[in-house]
Amino acid sequence: MRRGIAATALVAALALAATACGGDKNDGGSTDAGGELSGTVTWWDTSNDTEKATFQKIAESFTAKHPKVTVKYVNVPYGDAQNKVKNAFSSGADAPDVIRADVGWVADFASLGYLDKVPDATAKKVDAEFLPAAAASGKYENQMYAVPQVIDTLGLFYNKKMLADAGVQPPTTLEELKTASAKIKEKTGKTGLYLRGDDSYWFLPLIYGEGGDLVDAKNKTVTVDGPAGVKAFKAARDLVASGAAVTNSTDGYQNMQTAFKTGQVAMMINGPWAIKDTYAGEQFTDKANLGVAPVPAGSAKAGGPQGGHDLAVYAGSKNRAAAHAFVEYLSSQDVQTQVTKELSLLPTRTAAYEQPDVKANQMVQFFKPAVDKAVERAWIPENGSLFDPLKVEYTKAVTGAATPEDAAKSAGAEFRKILKGWK
Amino acid sequence: MAVHTSRTAAQAAGDGTDVARGRGRGGLKRALATHWYAWAMVAPVVLVLGVIIGWPLVRGVYLSLTDANERNVARTIGANTIEASYSFVGLDNYTAVLSDPVFWQRLVWTVLWTVVCVSVTFTLGLALANMLNRNFRGRAFYRMALILPWAVPGFVSVFAWRFLFNRDNGILNKVLEGGGIGAIPWLDDPTWAKLSVITVNVWLGVPFMMVALLGGLQSIPGELYEAAEMDGASAWQRFRHITLPGLRAVSMTVILLSTIWTFNMFPVIFLLTRGGPGDSTEILVTQAFREAFVSSPRDFAGSATWGVLILALLMIFALVYRRSLRKQGEVW
Repeated sequence: MRRGIAATALVAALALAATACGGDKNDGGSTDAGGELSGTVTWWDTSNDTEKATFQKIAESFTAKHPKVTVKYVNVPYGDAQNKVKNAFSSGADAPDVIRADVGWVADFASLGYLDKVPDATAKKVDAEFLPAAAASGKYENQMYAVPQVIDTLGLFYNKKMLADAGVQPPTTLEELKTASAKIKEKTGKTGLYLRGDDSYWFLPLIYGEGGDLVDAKNKTVTVDGPAGVKAFKAARDLVASGAAVTNSTDGYQNMQTAFKTGQVAMMINGPWAIKDTYAGEQFTDKANLGVAPVPAGSAKAGGPQGGHDLAVYAGSKNRAAAHAFVEYLSSQDVQTQVTKELSLLPTRTAAYEQPDVKANQMVQFFKPAVDKAVERAWIPENGSLFDPLKVEYTKAVTGAATPEDAAKSAGAEFRKILKGWK
Repeated sequence: MAVHTSRTAAQAAGDGTDVARGRGRGGLKRALATHWYAWAMVAPVVLVLGVIIGWPLVRGVYLSLTDANERNVARTIGANTIEASYSFVGLDNYTAVLSDPVFWQRLVWTVLWTVVCVSVTFTLGLALANMLNRNFRGRAFYRMALILPWAVPGFVSVFAWRFLFNRDNGILNKVLEGGGIGAIPWLDDPTWAKLSVITVNVWLGVPFMMVALLGGLQSIPGELYEAAEMDGASAWQRFRHITLPGLRAVSMTVILLSTIWTFNMFPVIFLLTRGGPGDSTEILVTQAFREAFVSSPRDFAGSATWGVLILALLMIFALVYRRSLRKQGEVW
């Protein structure tokens, strides 16, 4: 009798353990059953709060073309996305079939074997029909792993009325920016520029402006601690110390948008993704009040970083045929035109710029020349991971917690830890 | 009782013969024979603990002795299976971490943060517990209100604080502005940020201290206070010589727990400042997270090394603490 109880207990314990491990489920449908796509395609999109409704609508319209495919749209906040994607891809559990990856992440994911190559036929089309700089961002070791969705760069957003009240023109250099800010402060009492201090992406126009770059991938050299880097850190600190700009080291993006939308500051540096949100601000109920100019030049030139997002398919997806078809649909000319019309984001297809809806879009008219001149980043796997150590130093330099020289030096040392064997 | 003693006596006798025969095997056999039922009952617990605590711990220690990272661990991506290709490197990771000034900077701040948080939390908790340990109208309400921070999920409170602390649009600065005081960079200045994270952690930690100490206070017999009053002891003397010694057992335990929790308080630091501005509020655990999840390829070995070092530090602390208590005659 007692033996019986023990045996039951043991069996029960084992059964419990077994069921705990048995959480597998199969949500991937068949791939090609008689040429027709079916199953579920899960898309992790990283677009922001003002953009996501549009993308969800577009994604779900895929079902109209392929009635047997169910699209599961998931919005993942951009800030957490790189980590979440890696976690999902490495474990395979609940991993998405398609992701929207920042151009800086593609090489990283591809080098780890997470991405499925773009089918040859599509890759050829991308090479022929897309902007060359955009197409390059989807490649790793000469293989195409992602199809470009949107392209962007940073620009100087300005409040036309505030600049006119102060009697200044949109500044084209950092020097002009400082004099303009001084005038704005004198005439309106407001600050000239909001400079983000909590994200090192905003450091890029400064270092490009001095003619430098974070790294020189060709010669495997870290260049952030070179003379141009030091000058860029100095320029950032100078903007804040001289009162031309305000900064924050937490919640910078939200505070920047709020300050610009409510007229607390006259200018900010931001990209096309912010246009829709900015139009929602009280200062921009008349859309014509928003002006965008190229980022102010440093001592060498004016240059924004080339950014954007690519669409990639998970190598472990159970439904790759449908996933690739979904990527093709999302990067089709019709969809790109629609996205530009609704969100003012820049298409990656050369021919899309001939579409009336795209041509007529004022923001595209500004951002396209800026994108053409944007500085292409080194598409190395470590690209995305350089920003975090850089952020630590950039914040210190901007807020004056460290000297520009020290910040540059520490950033260089951190980069060399990540880029093993680089000079 | 009688049955029990007779049985142990018999066992003792049995032990004697066991020694003669070679004790190990026979002892085990008999232990199994007598207590097999107990073993069967604890087996699931041992199994579960082994799986969820033992195995990760062993694996973490092992990884810290290798050069494992995201690129060389085994992984399965769809149909492709990639074999692990990392190798054993001995204590290299430990030398690297311990010779890096970053570790010592983080350690200094982590210790400071722990000491300040625990002492302030304990003092406040003790004061509140004493104030609530008497009969007055609305006592239940006050107790509920003071326990509230505990009832709210930690990350929710931290996010709420983050909104309050926002320099440009936060309520705290709006209130100060109303009083004619300029904006305080709560999370934007290294010193203020340190104060802010400590404030939030104290706010989160006080309810636990208060409840635990209140329980301790209620176990002190009232007669002691009455007798002391008869003898003419002042309020301070009563507190010093009755309350504090009476709370000793409880407070030693809560201080140890609170120290361990605060030392590893990841959510407060990470969600409030992400270790910033710069790296001024980064503690050891958030740094370990940074090694594992922010750099690319993710450095599993380096992060495991940080983890093992944190564990070692806390174990040393617990041992020293226990020993010092034992010296003072506490049974613990």
